[in-house]
Amino acid sequence: MSLSRRNALRSLAAASATLAAPAIFRHAALGADPITVVGIHDASGGLDIYGQPMIACLDFAVDEVNAGGGLLGREIKLINYDPQSNIQLYTQFATQAATSDHAAVVHGGITSASREAIRPILRRYKTLYFYNTQYEGGVCDRNCFCTGSTPAQNVESLVPYIMKKWGKKVYIVAADYNYGQITSKWLTKYTRDGGGDVVAVEFFPLNVTDFGPTIQKIQQAKPDMVISALVGGAHVSFYRQWAAAGMKSRIPMASTTFGGGNESLLLSPEEGDGIVVAFSYFQEVDNPANKAFLEKFHAKLGAKAPYLGGELAMRTYTGFNLWAAGVRKAGSIDRIKVIEALETGIGVDGPPGRTVLDGKTNHVSLDVYFAEVQNHGFKILEHFADRPPADTASVCDLAAHPNTDKQFVVDVKI
Amino acid sequence: MSLALAVGLQALTGVAMLLIISLGLAVIFGMMRVINLAHGEFLMLGGYSAILAVRHGVNIWVAMLVVAPLVVGLLGALVERLVIRRLYGRMVDTMLATWGLSLALIGFVSMIFGNTVGGFSAPLGSVDVGGFYTSAYSLFLVFAAALMVGAVWLVLRRTPFGLLARGTMQNPEMASALGVATERVYAVTFAAGAALSGLAGGLIAPLSGVVPTMGTAYIAKAFITVITGGAAMLAGTLSASVLLGGVGVLATFLTTPVLGEVVLLAVAIILVRLLPHGITGRFFRRAL
Repeated sequence: MSLSRRNALRSLAAASATLAAPAIFRHAALGADPITVVGIHDASGGLDIYGQPMIACLDFAVDEVNAGGGLLGREIKLINYDPQSNIQLYTQFATQAATSDHAAVVHGGITSASREAIRPILRRYKTLYFYNTQYEGGVCDRNCFCTGSTPAQNVESLVPYIMKKWGKKVYIVAADYNYGQITSKWLTKYTRDGGGDVVAVEFFPLNVTDFGPTIQKIQQAKPDMVISALVGGAHVSFYRQWAAAGMKSRIPMASTTFGGGNESLLLSPEEGDGIVVAFSYFQEVDNPANKAFLEKFHAKLGAKAPYLGGELAMRTYTGFNLWAAGVRKAGSIDRIKVIEALETGIGVDGPPGRTVLDGKTNHVSLDVYFAEVQNHGFKILEHFADRPPADTASVCDLAAHPNTDKQFVVDVKI
Repeated sequence: MSLALAVGLQALTGVAMLLIISLGLAVIFGMMRVINLAHGEFLMLGGYSAILAVRHGVNIWVAMLVVAPLVVGLLGALVERLVIRRLYGRMVDTMLATWGLSLALIGFVSMIFGNTVGGFSAPLGSVDVGGFYTSAYSLFLVFAAALMVGAVWLVLRRTPFGLLARGTMQNPEMASALGVATERVYAVTFAAGAALSGLAGGLIAPLSGVVPTMGTAYIAKAFITVITGGAAMLAGTLSASVLLGGVGVLATFLTTPVLGEVVLLAVAIILVRLLPHGITGRFFRRAL
């Protein structure tokens, strides 16, 4: 082809047209600045076993919404902070998210201690907060949405189920901080409601690794079952030492926490198999939505995809989608407008089943599954649809008292 | 009666556990006066070496008793050559350097292996002691602890190297003047201490499981034991383990696990207040 002036001009014009086209589309898509969402989860330190899958799911949820055109025509910009399992960093990052990032919403917090560290900060700075973890229930704060399961949802149905299966004498071992203290009260209440007897409740500081004396005490008490609300890496030793003492085949065990992190992967099948747990999601849940989700999740992350054992990571995915549904309904990211939209009782369908927000408590109704540990994973035993957050609902009514700001604790004598 | 027996065995296991996790530190801190804040991570690496070896088909006993101390001993030699050698006699500086080392090791292991490595279960099954079941492996730990103490005592008392090591630690200038290659003695002693920590890590792995941050759960107790023990490294660590381990287990058994921890720490504080130079500052003074 000879390079005549006319030809050259023509190709130049065509080239500039192709270059210009995306710019026009880009402007249309941008419309406005991106919406900032902040995630605060421990990616390092002792809690990274919980934090890393949660971050992976939050990333995935944000990418999914962005790929579908964003929210209100705006792109979502996700900032992930790593508090390194350190409460002090939680408060620092929460302040940063509210004051310098002007986040539309903060998703985060794993332990109840971290939630109670950042909840007041985000409330003070009027920044919407989502806590997406299974916890002990009772938080009553209009600015804070708790999307994980609470004792009335998992423990209330689990306790009668195992009592029917195993007997009425229960021995409780729990972690020594607010989660374990409050959960053991709920366990005690539901055991007594079912006509059972709690023979002992023992609390363990988070760094205890030697459970020998307790294992002897349990044998002395001769319970029909042990229920564990133990938390973190050091406490995994309990299950090991329990199995090593040959107790696993003699006294059955249930847990409110086992499998929330990587416990089932750390233990060998001989040590873990048979422990019964209740969560609002397991990777093994068999429904079309979960199948589709897992396919996409694994296609995107490949070999780096974490195992989504208990519910924490999946609640983070669902929590983000609930917030997005609220924003769509409100047509704005204004905090009050989004809260009002969410409180109308918004629901989303997803891999764990249908999750519906309860406007009176800012908690959710969700599906609960019982499962048994089996070869590093879980075998689903039972499925209960649409369990309401009855524990928090019995003490908290944000519709009547919108200015409430506290965590109610159930009053059970141990 | 059978309960008393079961609790007694439990106390014995508690003592053995303390002894096992402290012995390596006793050599490095008690003998060499190097504050090794990476002691917990030496245990952790011992655990990881054992687990990885088992996964690659090595016999579980070989993995725990040979691979773990070997790997961590070699690492100890390397650390001594690169870091510790420059810091002898500067206690606070060793503390800073080994603290940095501890953070680096935790980060390094998390990066390579991630935060989840499946462990192996304790061998040997369980035994029935008058109606109370206990793991046979924890009884084996009592035996292993006794063996470890015996071996350290034999090396220090009955071998030429033990004599040189003791001499060098007491008076390095004099030892050097008499022609002892003190640098080499220091290096070997440090590596031996690290190997003992690695062995401890391998031994506790089946009962505790292994995660990159596991060291933090053990280091405080190891230091408390060695400091309460005082100057005579072996007798001190042994007597402190018996006292603290025994009291800790009994308190846990009679009250609650929370109070058990409190009592253990309270006893340590009172002891150090009454005997500022540790138990062996007053008793067993001429022991090792």
